[in-house]
Amino acid sequence: MKFAVIRFPGSNCDQDCVLAVRSFAGASAEFVWHKETSLNGFDAVILPGGFSYGDYLRCGAIARFSPIMAAVKEFAAAGRPVIGICNGFQILCEAGLLPGALVRNRGLHFLCEHVWLATGTRATAFTRAVPEGRVLRIPIAHGEGCYFADDETLARLRDEDRVLFRYCDADGRATPDANPNGSRENIAGICNEGRNVFGLMPHPERACHPELGSTDGRFLIQSLLNS
Amino acid sequence: MSAITPEIIERHGITPDEYERIKGILGREPNITELGVFSVMWSEHCSYKNSKPELRKFPTTGERVLVKAGEENAGVIDIGDGWAVAFKMESHNHPSAVEPFQGAATGVGGIIRDIFTMGARPVFSMNALRFGDIRGDSPQARTNRRLFAGVVSGIAHYGNCIGIPTIGGEVYFDDSYAGNPLVNVFCLGILRHDQIARGAAAGVGNPVFYVGAETGRDGLAGAAFASRDLTEESKEDRPAVQVGDPFREKLLLEACLELLASGCVAGIQDMGAAGLTCSTCETASRGGTGVEIDTCHVPKREPGMTPYEILLSESQERMLVIVKKGQEAAVKEIFEKWDLPYAEVGSVRDDGFMRVRENGVTVVEIPARSLADDAPVYIREAAPKPAPATCDNSELLAEIPAPDAAAVRDALVALLSHPSIASKRWVWRQYDHMVRLGATVLPGSDAAVFVVREAGKILAATTDCNAVYCRQDPRLGARIAVAEAARNLACSGAVPIAVTDNLNFGNPHRPENFLQLREAVEGLADACRVYGTPVTGGNVSLYNQNPSGAIDPTPTVGMVGLIDEIAHVTTQAFKEPGDIIYLLGGYGSEMGASHYLLTCTGRKAGAPPALDDTRELALHEALRALIRAGYARSAHDCSEGGLAVALAESCLSASPLLGATVSVPPVEGRADTTLFNESQSRAVVSVRPGDRAAAEAVFSACGVSFTEIGVVTAGALKISCGDLAVEWPTDALFHAWGESIENLMA
Repeated sequence: MKFAVIRFPGSNCDQDCVLAVRSFAGASAEFVWHKETSLNGFDAVILPGGFSYGDYLRCGAIARFSPIMAAVKEFAAAGRPVIGICNGFQILCEAGLLPGALVRNRGLHFLCEHVWLATGTRATAFTRAVPEGRVLRIPIAHGEGCYFADDETLARLRDEDRVLFRYCDADGRATPDANPNGSRENIAGICNEGRNVFGLMPHPERACHPELGSTDGRFLIQSLLNS
Repeated sequence: MSAITPEIIERHGITPDEYERIKGILGREPNITELGVFSVMWSEHCSYKNSKPELRKFPTTGERVLVKAGEENAGVIDIGDGWAVAFKMESHNHPSAVEPFQGAATGVGGIIRDIFTMGARPVFSMNALRFGDIRGDSPQARTNRRLFAGVVSGIAHYGNCIGIPTIGGEVYFDDSYAGNPLVNVFCLGILRHDQIARGAAAGVGNPVFYVGAETGRDGLAGAAFASRDLTEESKEDRPAVQVGDPFREKLLLEACLELLASGCVAGIQDMGAAGLTCSTCETASRGGTGVEIDTCHVPKREPGMTPYEILLSESQERMLVIVKKGQEAAVKEIFEKWDLPYAEVGSVRDDGFMRVRENGVTVVEIPARSLADDAPVYIREAAPKPAPATCDNSELLAEIPAPDAAAVRDALVALLSHPSIASKRWVWRQYDHMVRLGATVLPGSDAAVFVVREAGKILAATTDCNAVYCRQDPRLGARIAVAEAARNLACSGAVPIAVTDNLNFGNPHRPENFLQLREAVEGLADACRVYGTPVTGGNVSLYNQNPSGAIDPTPTVGMVGLIDEIAHVTTQAFKEPGDIIYLLGGYGSEMGASHYLLTCTGRKAGAPPALDDTRELALHEALRALIRAGYARSAHDCSEGGLAVALAESCLSASPLLGATVSVPPVEGRADTTLFNESQSRAVVSVRPGDRAAAEAVFSACGVSFTEIGVVTAGALKISCGDLAVEWPTDALFHAWGESIENLMA
């Protein structure tokens, strides 16, 4: 499976994503510059974390206009997997490929730490390899990761089983205390209606090497490889 | 052009003697632009004119040294297999005092540029920060909190955006820094030996390119600003502080590394302090050439800027690139790919002059070497050495009654909740410390440990300086700073390889301050020889004064080490109930300059603890031997707060929390002396019960005294000392230690 890792100006988790993907047998990854216009030959696309265009305006607000985004939209429309991590999630929301928005963390500070994640649904190509009932330990690193959507959207996400991850405590309970950034309903990751476009604030690529303290991120990439 | 009056000369910080020297170099009166150029290049910040004779005392050579201190923007050290590291520490104290967020942010930007200018990819940062006390409701405490919060978010803003993890460092709070915080930032980059880039204007006829942000009026003469005392009026120098754009720097970083890989570059130099002035005359001086530029080509943020402003601007995120003639098109293609403003602004000449024209008219013509290397050098007057402080515990502890169990319990809680000792989680969770997939030991342990994946190397790094020790005895304090850095690396399993330092002192014109500088430099130099760590460069920040006096002398040491195998990486956290706890290096007794004394009485008194280098080195060897043999479950050095704080930190760093049951004798009849003395060359380690005999054999072989003092438990921290028995539930201790800063900053 060949992954495209999009490099926007200001992406800074692009190299990490490539390293993480390449650590799987049967997976390869290449950088794709944002000024490119084609994703031919790729099986999956990752929009990595970072500060695209400095994110001085609204996170992801400029990146959505990058030339490559037309190709990303086509790729998504064809039902192929697109993953947005952190800034990539923000870009997917800005581009209208996922509902809702990521706003300033409740505590106003940038937060970098390991969090616990409860898997909301294993019925996606991105979560199917997560062991049943397993609480995942994956880091976050963001200043604007508070997921916001209106009540109607939240209801749809719930009804359509589209919430992939919720922030939780070590026992898997999505309590207010376990919510690091004030996200509505502790939401950490969602997918689109077609269940092929995924966005999440936590960084699975930072939880793929044992010396970094967790390898739970591997379940997510493994899920894609299994599909 | 207006005449140069004595007032103008004085305003530029140029002395009458220096002015005469300038006239001698030029053979005529300088014009105002030239005077401005001299003023920044001959400031302490750029020329080290007050500290150079002292800095020559540092050991700068060694078999790993590939680029020596002072040769280039940063030293380069061999780490084996064709790989090398470039690292350096630099201060942004003055800018951060008047504008903490941008002051700190641009400090980070500056040090990162120093590293990628060397051709290295920056892989991690650290920082050493000092603020006034943040406790209480006084206006000063509120100001200190504002500065602290501003500096931390400025560092976070820049480092997080550019994607270089901030993985460690230190923060201390003491009122000597009120109004004059210290912001020392460290960056390390990785490169192959054949990738070392030079900041020399080589090749007569080669074109000189300017790339990066447009030049604006921000940061005018910032280097000169940083070379003055901070006063009430310093707020008016706020325009001397620059505004950082980490996004621009990210593009510049990627473009420059791509550029250097292309083989089109003859020389490269960042525009940091003294901006375009410094980069042109330094590259020419290093290349033994001349550089000529025309300001009309320089990309500018606003119209109407004079050559004076253009040359002295410290706008950030700019580089000067000397391109091999004929390669211009390839270079332009890379700049355009990264959407960076650029311009060909001049060329390399063979006449040794830094020549600046404005639309063809010469406005500056100065011999480059005189400007860069012939600044006056002053041997400042040092005060006579005072009689050394003594460490007489009975005198020091006279006003503290020998504590009962309750007093011991409270003292440890007070120490752990003191902002200087308390967990810095509030700080480092604001820094992205995980990007680049290298931080294998997260911030908060003795040293940060980072896996450099491209090189297959494991690096450990730490910054250290106990300024109370340095205040009481600058020479000994500086030696201890180096020893403690090496000890922290040993605790993590590393062998130290080199040092960068940041010398923060008060105004050198005052003999007592200059004495501190000289003593500290000599102490650092001695210790660097002992611990086998050449100094690769660093920074001198003098004039750290506020209206109430100079800061405590703070020679911050940044040390880097190598770890052979990932299995050797060791942290301070206890690992499992049942593990045996050893104290290495004895119980100690010295209470001089201790944090306990400071906490109980508010006094900085007595001599710092003695440092016996032989004992210290033996301890490091023992720690590494224990770790390499696989017996060390945890290792943590005893520093501020002594044995009790070390034990508590090993309990509280564990997740979930662990406890310990420990028994120690009273020293000199007092439990506080046993628990809180800061005698050097000591560490707390834990090993599995089954490894007892093997571990003790390692200690004996290394000649280190060891004492089995207790066992790791899943319960409380319990310490018995003679007749006293004290118990601390670990969750209460965690609250005191882990949430102290968070609560103060809420």
